[in-house]
Amino acid sequence: MTVYILCFTLFLVGIYGALTKRDLIKIILSLGIMGYAVNLMIILFAYKEGASFAILVRDGINSNMVDPLPQALILTSIVIELGITAMLVALSIRLFQKYKTFDITKIRRLSG
Amino acid sequence: MPVETWLIFILGFMIIGSIIALELKDLLSAVISIGIVGLGVSLAFLFLQALDLAIVQFLFEIFALIILIRAFIGKEYHIQEPSRSHIVQTVITIGALLLILLLSINMFKALPGFGHPIFSTAKHYVENGGLETGSANIVSAIILDYRAYDTLGEVTVLFTAILGALTILRTKKSNGLAGGDHETN
Repeated sequence: MTVYILCFTLFLVGIYGALTKRDLIKIILSLGIMGYAVNLMIILFAYKEGASFAILVRDGINSNMVDPLPQALILTSIVIELGITAMLVALSIRLFQKYKTFDITKIRRLSG
Repeated sequence: MPVETWLIFILGFMIIGSIIALELKDLLSAVISIGIVGLGVSLAFLFLQALDLAIVQFLFEIFALIILIRAFIGKEYHIQEPSRSHIVQTVITIGALLLILLLSINMFKALPGFGHPIFSTAKHYVENGGLETGSANIVSAIILDYRAYDTLGEVTVLFTAILGALTILRTKKSNGLAGGDHETN
């Protein structure tokens, strides 16, 4: 249970950054932290005590393995996160070209 | 040492690392600290016996570091002074988040304990995956055989995100042919 609470704390650190920081790059980093915490939490749910990796070995000795389904889903999630990060960075580069700043309190004229 | 102890150590390391990354003034140091947090996630995946994920996370870390450094390299950057209203906002946010953490502890007590998963859907995959798909790695059997449509959707989403990024970065001079990041406006 301690592990779950620590993982949730990591998620809350991400929310804290996204809410209070005024720098666009810091906000992107906070979203990344939240993504790490969610991925890690789902893999924590999948772990089985004393089990080994989900790969079959010869003679079928490896009958005790961790839950492979969450791992497959999170593999998808990690790759999509990379696409999201690239798109957010592209947006922030564009905003910097127009406003010459990363400070979100100074980016006010959201037209054209 | 048991796995749980290692995980508590790594998670504490990651929490401290992300707080440092968010509070640092220098953006380059902040991005590198986030890289260290991501490598901590990769290490945690290794301890949790998720080998494919550890490799993918490692690659993700390297690409994300390159993309993020590309975002602010060579740009004039001004450190903003903290104002009074900003400090008040920060204090209120920390208080609210601590309250959420305290209230959520009961929810985590209700979950099945660490190391005892429910393991109902995956039972079929583990027992018959080798025979039905011919793949020794059950994770890749799930990705590429049982849930291949998920993977197709993933590739579509990734393609759309990259297309969106290129569209945002496109300038009028490049005429839509090479959508790369031309800085000349």
